[in-house]
Amino acid sequence: MSTCSVSKGCFVFKPSPKKRRVSQKTAVCFGEREDDSEDANLRFVTCQSLWNEIKSATEQIQEDLNQQFFDNLVSFLRRSHSEFQEKTTEWTCQMKSREIPTAALVLGVNVTDHDLTFRSLSEVLQNTITPYIALLEAKDCPGIKNLMQKLMGQLMNCYVDVDSLEDEDCVQVSQNRIRCSMSSLINWYNSVTKKTDSETPRKKRTSSSRHWQSPPVVVVFKDMESFSTEVLQDFIVISSQHIHELPLILIFGIATSPMIIHSSLPHSVSSLLCIELFQSLSSKEHLSTIIDKLLLTAQFPFKLGEKVLQVLINIFLYHDFSVQNFIKGFQLSVVEHFYTQPLSILCCQLVDAKNRVNSLSHNQCENIRRLPSFRRYVESQASEKQIALLTTDSYLKEIIQKLLEDLHVYHENYVSVLRCLHVFTSSLPKYPLGKQIRELHCACLENQVWETEEYESSLQLARMLNKSDLVTMLQQCVEIFVSSSGKEFDKTVEKLKEFLTQFQKLEEGEAFQEQDVSVSSQKELQKKTDLYHLQKTLLELKESRRSKKLTKFEMLRFEVVDYIDSLVRPQDSARDSVFQHSQRSPGAPQRCPEDCASYGFK
Amino acid sequence: MSRPEGEGGGLRVKFVPDEEVLKHIADDPGIKVRKDKTQLTLSVKTFVKKLEDISDDEAQEVLEEKKYVAALGIGTQDSMQNGSSVSGGEVYSFQTPKRASKMAELASELAQTPGQSVAPEHAECPEKTAKTPQSSKHSSSNKVQQKNEKKEFVSTTPYRLRKRLAAPDLYLESESEYSASCSEEEEDAEDQKEVSTVLSGRKTPAKTKAASTPPPRNTLAKKIKENKMSNLVEEYFEAHSSSKVLTSDRTLQKLRKRKLDQQTLHDLLKKAPLAYAAEIKELNEQHESLFSKWMLQLHLGFNIVLYGLGSKRNLLEKFRTSVLQDSVHLVVNGYFPSITVRSILSSITEEVLDHIGTFRSPLDQLEFIIKRFKEDSSLELYVLIHNLDSQMLRGERSQQILAQLSSLPSIYLIASIDHINAPLMWDQAKLSLYNWLWYETTTFSPYVEETSYENSLLVQQSGSLALSSITHVLRSLTLNARGIFRLLAQYQLENKDNPSYPGLSFQDFYQQCREAFLVNSDLTLRAQLTEFRDHKLIRTKRGADGVEYLLIPVDDSTLTDFLEKEDEDV
Repeated sequence: MSTCSVSKGCFVFKPSPKKRRVSQKTAVCFGEREDDSEDANLRFVTCQSLWNEIKSATEQIQEDLNQQFFDNLVSFLRRSHSEFQEKTTEWTCQMKSREIPTAALVLGVNVTDHDLTFRSLSEVLQNTITPYIALLEAKDCPGIKNLMQKLMGQLMNCYVDVDSLEDEDCVQVSQNRIRCSMSSLINWYNSVTKKTDSETPRKKRTSSSRHWQSPPVVVVFKDMESFSTEVLQDFIVISSQHIHELPLILIFGIATSPMIIHSSLPHSVSSLLCIELFQSLSSKEHLSTIIDKLLLTAQFPFKLGEKVLQVLINIFLYHDFSVQNFIKGFQLSVVEHFYTQPLSILCCQLVDAKNRVNSLSHNQCENIRRLPSFRRYVESQASEKQIALLTTDSYLKEIIQKLLEDLHVYHENYVSVLRCLHVFTSSLPKYPLGKQIRELHCACLENQVWETEEYESSLQLARMLNKSDLVTMLQQCVEIFVSSSGKEFDKTVEKLKEFLTQFQKLEEGEAFQEQDVSVSSQKELQKKTDLYHLQKTLLELKESRRSKKLTKFEMLRFEVVDYIDSLVRPQDSARDSVFQHSQRSPGAPQRCPEDCASYGFK
Repeated sequence: MSRPEGEGGGLRVKFVPDEEVLKHIADDPGIKVRKDKTQLTLSVKTFVKKLEDISDDEAQEVLEEKKYVAALGIGTQDSMQNGSSVSGGEVYSFQTPKRASKMAELASELAQTPGQSVAPEHAECPEKTAKTPQSSKHSSSNKVQQKNEKKEFVSTTPYRLRKRLAAPDLYLESESEYSASCSEEEEDAEDQKEVSTVLSGRKTPAKTKAASTPPPRNTLAKKIKENKMSNLVEEYFEAHSSSKVLTSDRTLQKLRKRKLDQQTLHDLLKKAPLAYAAEIKELNEQHESLFSKWMLQLHLGFNIVLYGLGSKRNLLEKFRTSVLQDSVHLVVNGYFPSITVRSILSSITEEVLDHIGTFRSPLDQLEFIIKRFKEDSSLELYVLIHNLDSQMLRGERSQQILAQLSSLPSIYLIASIDHINAPLMWDQAKLSLYNWLWYETTTFSPYVEETSYENSLLVQQSGSLALSSITHVLRSLTLNARGIFRLLAQYQLENKDNPSYPGLSFQDFYQQCREAFLVNSDLTLRAQLTEFRDHKLIRTKRGADGVEYLLIPVDDSTLTDFLEKEDEDV
């Protein structure tokens, strides 16, 4: 059947039912490359499990980040309609002013992330405040009629969901018939709340237990800016007339600035709102947290290469500020890596990886031998060892296991040392190695960081730090090392603590010494008062200061910086021997091929 | 350039003394005005009326008006002498620009005279009367050349050039002419020029009068500077307009070959060898190796968009036939001229989901689809859209609906775009719904299928069809009606060289029809025209001045064919 026609533009093709494959074809797609079909399934499973892990982790992170924000919001919602609960005349008195409690959520320009935020928000609200939530989007509501339709549809449907499915039909029918007006909404609300009152035993488990007797109705405008102002105005004016009967709360999602409410709504309308502002976490902080928890951790064996990371960060910073897009890009690189690299079956937790190394086929061993990093490793070995590595599969596997272990340890240490280095460099003037830890991370991925000019200059600057800064930094470093999972940091921690005590001592000693010096010089200045002598003494003083041996503090400072330097170097030289070897080697947190992200995003 | 000069010279011997020609060349704003072709539409009546309007104000102008009328008379006489067989309509049409030039002179006259004694005005009067026949004669010379079938000459460049060359002279001359007078007269000369430029912008006389009031006095130096500036500007435009002559006129119309019909063109193109066939094949094979990857990525929730030069239709077709044979899929030809989102949604609901029933709006339909796909997780649908950025689908609402559709986890969308700015269709929200992966698939293959709904320049347009329909319609009409149509067609053919020909005004047409005894009242004419209009044989257009213009929306060659055929029949 052809798809050319002069009378039709759409063509549907349906295969005969018996031929139709219902099976998941995704795994099959993985193995359609000719050279490495054997492990395709395993690779696919690994990929999926890894991705699911990462996904749940990111969701967890996002939830945690929004926690505070939601807590504030929930308490506001509780407060705003607590009076209504008491069902006294007080409520009506209070609401004489006809103000609708309104929460304005300033969410930032990353519109694509808002969906997730609103979804979790409605979940939270459903669990804590009210079952009656309507989420409205501007594209569904070109007019007030559509808005009311949408609103009532959502509210009544949600009621059905909360209740049970048996009387769905009647509600469905009535929904279609009901004229969409505020009064019918109020009727609905009254009937629902009354029903809840009378049928408490049945509904105990759902609404009554979590919600109050008459829960408020929350209407969320997801993208307040794109609603037409007339529609918003009409809705606000109408609902303010009925606020006595219907406990309504509005939530505005705002992408730009809270000023937009006042600039888009006339005063007469905005005065009907009782607005409280809520600021969500900025997406940049959000991203930092994500990078911190996803990339700078040994938890996930998959690591992003320098260029890919750079591309993703650039898209984020210069394009959309969207954390969702960043995660999607991350997902794409994971998929691409597993799709293109046959050895990626080893990209899993260390224990599994070891097992998998043991069961590698000959083909896969050959794949390993072809890796450039492995070749370099082989070349650095003795000749008989070389032969064994290149010919005996079992020996190779043994070595690979050891290398994998080394690599794992290296990664654990890498993170701690990176954080430690970041503590030192992040407060330097002009930030030679970047302000954010991600910049430092990128620099480290790019090449041996200690060979760069920036590293040199930052060390120079670090040698000029004052004492109090230095002490706090050292304390931070100690914390990092103590909390890290690396095993070899006991000695490091000891050494750092030693430095700290030395500083402490120095402080006492120095205070005394300095006082001494100042007093003596003071005395001398007082003695000789004529100009010539004064000049001479000053010159002498200066001279002596220049040639003076470094104070103890300065000595100690140098020592500390050198130690940090040494801390960085061995770590990185460890990387030199292990990481470089296995950069593309089995199980190594492999760099996703650079090109994968380049066409993924515009 | 030299040609028109020579021609003018030849006539000059006949009619006017040298110095007046010189003056005419140097100092005739009307020449410039002539360029304004819209002036052609001015009818005699309206012009005279306007003239009266102005002259009401100042009594002295009555005299001038008479001169104008005289000048008109001379003009018509001239043209009659030159081309005795010229029809009335033609005279009118060529007369008008000259009248416009008279207007310019009148305006400049006004500019010079207000508040001044009559004496200088008198001094100029003879000069003017002398001038008028000159310009009219000029127009006639123009006509002569037209008769020589010098189409190129119709382009206004020579006149403009002449004007340009004369521009410095104008300044000098006015300087010498008014050297004894004060700077005020200097200004007047300046004004004259200004008026001429204003006039060329098709201003009503009343307006030019307003514009011609003397501006606040400035220093002489500044004036001169301005004058020079304007000369510079004109030189600039001259330099750039001259490039126009260099433009090649080798258009498709000049091809000796007749236009082909669709089939022969198609056959010819088929015979033409494809350049770099091997390389292109290799390129396509590279793209085809990505199919399994695309499948994987589609299943992981991404959607795929293909961009790059060349038709991607065959690639997608290959993808469809090689990978999607065993699954439900929908192919959408975005380039199909009457494709709509609704038809896409309908084919999903009706053919994929086997739903019988209608929906109030596409949004409802979309909601239904989303609901069905969410309920039944075994449902899967691949959607292939060729040219997602086509004219019909690029609207905001359509894209929104398609984006929402594609965001469903069990709908897999793979689409191609061709417009260079196509990604501008999508804002952040839509992009996140689409969740695109971009693949550059340059194929270099011709857009044969995609452009098959468009008309080709090389193919003969529906001319033959129009001809047959014209004859068909006319055969069923009365003799008078045919005559009416003939008149209009002839008039249009006579004016085919005029690119800004607006059509024949209804009044004129009525006059002509009456003269030919074809109608007896404008009502009958209107009734006939309605008949034509219903068959789309004529088109009416309202001009800027509210006059109705009639036009036959058929190209000239068809019209000529038609007239020839009519002649044969008669």
